[in-house]
Amino acid sequence: MKKYSVIFLLVMSMLVFAGCSQTVSTDQNVIKIGVNYELSGGVATYGQSSVEGIELAIEQINEAGGINGKKIQLVKYDNKSDASEATTLTTRLITQDKVVAVLGPATSGAFMATIPVANQNKVPVISGSATADNVTVDDKGVKEYAFRICFTDSQQGNAVAKFALENLSSKKAVIIMDSSSDYAKGLAEAFTSTFEAGGGTIVAQEAYMSGDTDFNAVLTSIKGKDFDVIFIPGYYNEAGLIIKQARAQGIDVPILGADGFDSPKLAELAGAEALNNVYFSNHYSSVDPSPVVADFVEAFKAKYKKEPDAFNALGYDLAKFVVDAISRAEKLDGESLKKALEATENFEGVTGTMSVDENHNVVKDIIVIELKDGKQYKTYRVTE
Amino acid sequence: MEQLLQQIVNGISLGSIYALIALGYTMVYGIIKLINFAHCDVYMIGAYVGYVCMAKLGLGFFPSLLASMLVCTLLGVVIEKIAYKPLRNATRITALITAIGVSLFLEYTTMFFASADVRTYPPMTGFMAKTFKMGDVVISAQQILIALITVILMVLLQLIVKKTRIGKAMRAVSLDKDAAELMGIDVDSTISFTFALGSALAGAAGILVGVYYNSINPLMGVLPGLKAFVAAVFGGIGIIPGAMLGGYVIGIIEVFVAGLGYSMYRDAVVFAILILILIVRPAGLLGKNTGEKV
Repeated sequence: MKKYSVIFLLVMSMLVFAGCSQTVSTDQNVIKIGVNYELSGGVATYGQSSVEGIELAIEQINEAGGINGKKIQLVKYDNKSDASEATTLTTRLITQDKVVAVLGPATSGAFMATIPVANQNKVPVISGSATADNVTVDDKGVKEYAFRICFTDSQQGNAVAKFALENLSSKKAVIIMDSSSDYAKGLAEAFTSTFEAGGGTIVAQEAYMSGDTDFNAVLTSIKGKDFDVIFIPGYYNEAGLIIKQARAQGIDVPILGADGFDSPKLAELAGAEALNNVYFSNHYSSVDPSPVVADFVEAFKAKYKKEPDAFNALGYDLAKFVVDAISRAEKLDGESLKKALEATENFEGVTGTMSVDENHNVVKDIIVIELKDGKQYKTYRVTE
Repeated sequence: MEQLLQQIVNGISLGSIYALIALGYTMVYGIIKLINFAHCDVYMIGAYVGYVCMAKLGLGFFPSLLASMLVCTLLGVVIEKIAYKPLRNATRITALITAIGVSLFLEYTTMFFASADVRTYPPMTGFMAKTFKMGDVVISAQQILIALITVILMVLLQLIVKKTRIGKAMRAVSLDKDAAELMGIDVDSTISFTFALGSALAGAAGILVGVYYNSINPLMGVLPGLKAFVAAVFGGIGIIPGAMLGGYVIGIIEVFVAGLGYSMYRDAVVFAILILILIVRPAGLLGKNTGEKV
C-alpha cells in the first residue's frame, strides 16, 4: 500500500511540474519566442494590447505553415510593469526556456533594463514601443542585441515639424510643453531644431506641469502674439484641456501633437467641436487607406471584436518583423538572428515600411492623423 | 489692454473657486481653531457628486449643484461628528493630524471606488456652452456663472452669519466657547452647522470646477486646497470677508504670473506670498493684531 502511495506522489509531482512549465518540450519542430510584457500593473494596457497583436500575427503565421515547416511557440510571461521583474523574466526566457528572441517589454525603462541580459547571452531583444532616444544606442555605442520597430521621440518631433512646414506652410510656432516628462522635452527639442532649420521661428515657448488644469492665463498671453501653429508635446490629459481652452478663447490656428494625444479621453476632455484643425503623429491609424492596414483591421476585428489601437498594430508588426528575420537567418542562434535583423530592409508592416539602420532603429514613415469633430478623419505620411 | 482685461476675467474665475474653498477653512478655523485639511477633499467629493448627477443620472446643472451641496453638507457634518468631536478637548496638534488622516482617507477611498483616472463631465449645451465677446475679451457663460454663483453664495453666507440667530451663535462660539455655553448656546450643534455651511460651499466649488475645466480626479483637491488655505491666511484666517478677498487676490496674482510667461513659478509665488504674510502681517490683511489672552 505504501509503495503505491509513493508512486502516486511521484506521478502527481511530475504532473505538477509539467503544469509549471509548458515549455520543457524539446521538440525540434518548434521555434520558441519569448514574450515579456506588462500584463498587469501600471501600464498593463500597453502590454495587453501589444500581446493581442503578437498573438494574432503568430496565429496567422502558424496557420500559413510556420517557418520552413516549423511552428512558432510563444512563451509568455507577465512582468507586472516592473523593470526588475522584466529583467528576471528575460533571463529566465533565455537561459531556461531557450527562446531564440524575446519580444518586449513595451516601455522604454523596462526594455532597457533587459538589454544587458540580452547582450550577455547573445540573444536579441526587440521592443515594439520603446520610443526613448537612448534605448538602442548610448554614449558607449550601439547596444548589440537590442532592436525596436517604432520611431524614436526625436524622429517623431522632426516629423511633426516637417509636417508643419510642408503640409501646413507654418512659419511661426508656439510650443506649450509638459515640463515634467523627458518624452515632451525630447519632442520639443527635435521639433525646434527641425522647424528652425526649415526656416520657421519659435515665437514663444511656454511650459506646464502634468496635472495642471487652468491654461487660460498662458493662452491669453500668447493670443497677443503673431503665430500660425501651436505644438503641444505632452499627454492627452493636459493637451485635451489646452485645446478646449484655446478654442474657447478664439485661438483657431492648427494645433499639433504627438502620440501622447492618442486616447479616446482626448475627445472627452476637449469636446468634439474643439477638435478641428488638430493633428498628431502616431504609429498607425485605423483610417489609413493602405491595403495592409485594411487586412490587419479586418483580421483583428474578427478575432477580438474591437478596433485595433496603435499598440495592437505595433505588437502585430513586431511579431511579423521578428519572424521575417528568423526565416532569413542562416542558423537558429542569437548571432545569426541578430545579423538577419540588422539586414532587414523595406519590411512592409501595418505601421509603415521599415528598414533597420546602423543604430538598430528603424527608418520608417510617420503617420500624421487629422482630427475633425473629434474623430480621426484623414492621415498623412511624413517621410524622414 | 484687452489682454489685461482678459487676464482679470481669467483671474476672477479662478479666484472665485479659491474664495469658495477658503471660506470653509476660515469658518472652521474661526470657530474651533482647527485647520481642516479634509476640507479640500470635500470639494473633490462635490465634483464627483456633480459628475454622477450630470453624467450618470442625466440631471441638469442646477439640480446637480444642489445635490452636490447637500451631499457635501452631510459629509462635512459626519466628518465633524466622527473625527473631530471626540477630540474637542484634545491638543490642537491631535486634531490637525486627524484632519490630515481624514483627508487621505477621502482621497484614497475615492480612488479605490472611482479609479485614479481623470473623468470628464458631459459636454455642456445651450446657455452653458455660449461665449460672449466684448471687443477682444472673451467671456464664457461658465465664467459668468462661476462669478455669479460665488457672489450669491457669499451674500447668503454673510446674511446667515450677521442676521440670523444661528449666525449670532456662531459668532458667539467663535469669540468665547465657554461663555457662549454658559449663555445657553448649544455649542455642538453650532459647530456642526459651521461645518455644514463650509462644506456646502466646497461642494459648490467642486461642481463649478468640474463644469468649467471638465476634468476631475481623486487628488484634484490637494493643490487648490493649499492655495485656498493661503488665501484664507492672506485675508486673515477666521475672518469671512478676508477669505473672499484672499481668494480673488491669489487667483488674480496666479493668472498674472502665468500670463507674464512664468507659469512654472506660479505655485512658488503663491507660497512665497504665504511666507511673506506670515512674516509681515501674521494676522492677515483684514486681521487685527490682538494679543493672545492669557
